[in-house]
Amino acid sequence: MLSDAAFLLTLTYGDPLPEMAAGQFAELLVEGSNKVMLRRPISIHKVDIQQNTVEFMIQIVGEGTRTLSQLKPGDKVNTLLPLGNGFSYKDKAFKAPLLVGGGVGIAPLLHLGQELNAMGIKPTFLFGGRSSKHILRPEEYELQGRLFVTTEDASMGEKGFVTDHTLLGKEQFDIIFACGPTPMLKSVARFAEAKGIECQVSLEHKMACGIGACLCCVEDTNDGNVCVCKEGPVFDIKRLKWLH
Amino acid sequence: MASLITNIGQLELQNPVMTASGTFGYGTEYQDFVDLKKLGAIIVKGTTLNPRQGNPYPRMAETPSGMLNAVGLQNKGAQYFIDNIYSTVRNIGCTAIVNVSGSCVEDYVKAAEMIDALEDIPAIELNISCPNVKQGGMAFGVKADSAAQVVEAVRKAYHKTLIVKLSPNVTDSTEIARAAEASGADSVSLINTMLGMAIDAERRKPILSTITGGLSGPAVKPVALRMVWQVAKAVKIPVIGMGGISNATDAIEFMLAGASAIEIGTANFIDPSISGKVVDGINDYLDRHGFSSVKDIIGALDI
Repeated sequence: MLSDAAFLLTLTYGDPLPEMAAGQFAELLVEGSNKVMLRRPISIHKVDIQQNTVEFMIQIVGEGTRTLSQLKPGDKVNTLLPLGNGFSYKDKAFKAPLLVGGGVGIAPLLHLGQELNAMGIKPTFLFGGRSSKHILRPEEYELQGRLFVTTEDASMGEKGFVTDHTLLGKEQFDIIFACGPTPMLKSVARFAEAKGIECQVSLEHKMACGIGACLCCVEDTNDGNVCVCKEGPVFDIKRLKWLH
Repeated sequence: MASLITNIGQLELQNPVMTASGTFGYGTEYQDFVDLKKLGAIIVKGTTLNPRQGNPYPRMAETPSGMLNAVGLQNKGAQYFIDNIYSTVRNIGCTAIVNVSGSCVEDYVKAAEMIDALEDIPAIELNISCPNVKQGGMAFGVKADSAAQVVEAVRKAYHKTLIVKLSPNVTDSTEIARAAEASGADSVSLINTMLGMAIDAERRKPILSTITGGLSGPAVKPVALRMVWQVAKAVKIPVIGMGGISNATDAIEFMLAGASAIEIGTANFIDPSISGKVVDGINDYLDRHGFSSVKDIIGALDI
């Protein structure tokens, strides 16, 4: 367990792992619960090519994630991965990326940090949580870049929300990648737009198939309703109808 | 190895396993998981004359052994299908059937006429049973006279195999099935989803944006099986059974109850390769019981 309501799941694969972009996700089959039928979409948190492992940082929100939290070492999990379109960072010119995360929404940003480091770019992380207990695995992120924190109760970092952090007034960033609760993402999107910075957000909609067949997880975009699982989960904020 | 060939009207299928409309996209979504050549047919997403945005998110709620959906027939319209999707679907490797829906008789007829012109689409499934649209859809399928009206009109305009998809949200599905048969349907398929509802007690709000939605998955299987059995006895045209089929045994149960073919829906979301496994499982069953043809088990329930 990483906190009272979040845990880390590490899966070792028998076959060589496919190439995975940061921000892509997996659909995990939940076995052993008579209430849960559909797979659970979980973002890819960390990839270790040498060990052939994928780590998932999972918040317990209901029966499905609770059942997954009870897995024991050696248990097998049926997963589909990688799914969706992740963050767009390859073949892109930027020097100072800001990776903003809220709650367990920080999960895919560790993989993104790994990927950016491999490209020779040190990212800056800016995370928000209710309290210090909700800032998960800070030491892992600090290995990949600088970490700044806001908490609602001032128990870690600055008090307030991520968009209140003094860092944003002091330093310039040329691209923002964000994942977390929708109100936080909207606030980050407004900030990015005001500063004229490219901003990509990862959405967390309830999904069934995960491959663009059932049309359940749609977001209303400038192109109409599109599947978050297939066209997302990462969207450039310009494509969303949040700001205008 | 037994023969798996089954017939739906003029249409011969290499095996009785089809994928249900709205659960299998246009087939391509699943080609990494299942050899599409192996399937009896795929029934592509519900297509309407004009494009539809569908209902707002949230459109899905998981329920015990099932799920509710309220997608609302989101699709880009019949012309878009013809211009952009047909070329892929016609070469997908197995029979492709188009599910056609509408909000008035004229729209059903026009969409059916457009699909009639497509050489490699040998059948349509007429959806008079979608619970998630305000006009049309299920409204046509819950009364025998309105069902007859739309089926008759489409029958005049459509010259290939016409399958009519029936709603379970009726007092007597055999009455609607007989009306469809009398109006020229070559086959009926059932069941579409059952009207249901989910509530978030903590927030005191409905989970779906539309409040009610269509229930599918293993939870509906016993009801679907009962309706297929009743309808198969009531009509002479072939019946296509669906509702919660998750494995080959479920599929065989529907065939024993009288279905000439089956459709797999929600189970595709849980195991995207399930449709191929069901084909293998039916074949194993036939061999194990010494049947030389899958036709031998249609309606073979020992009562």
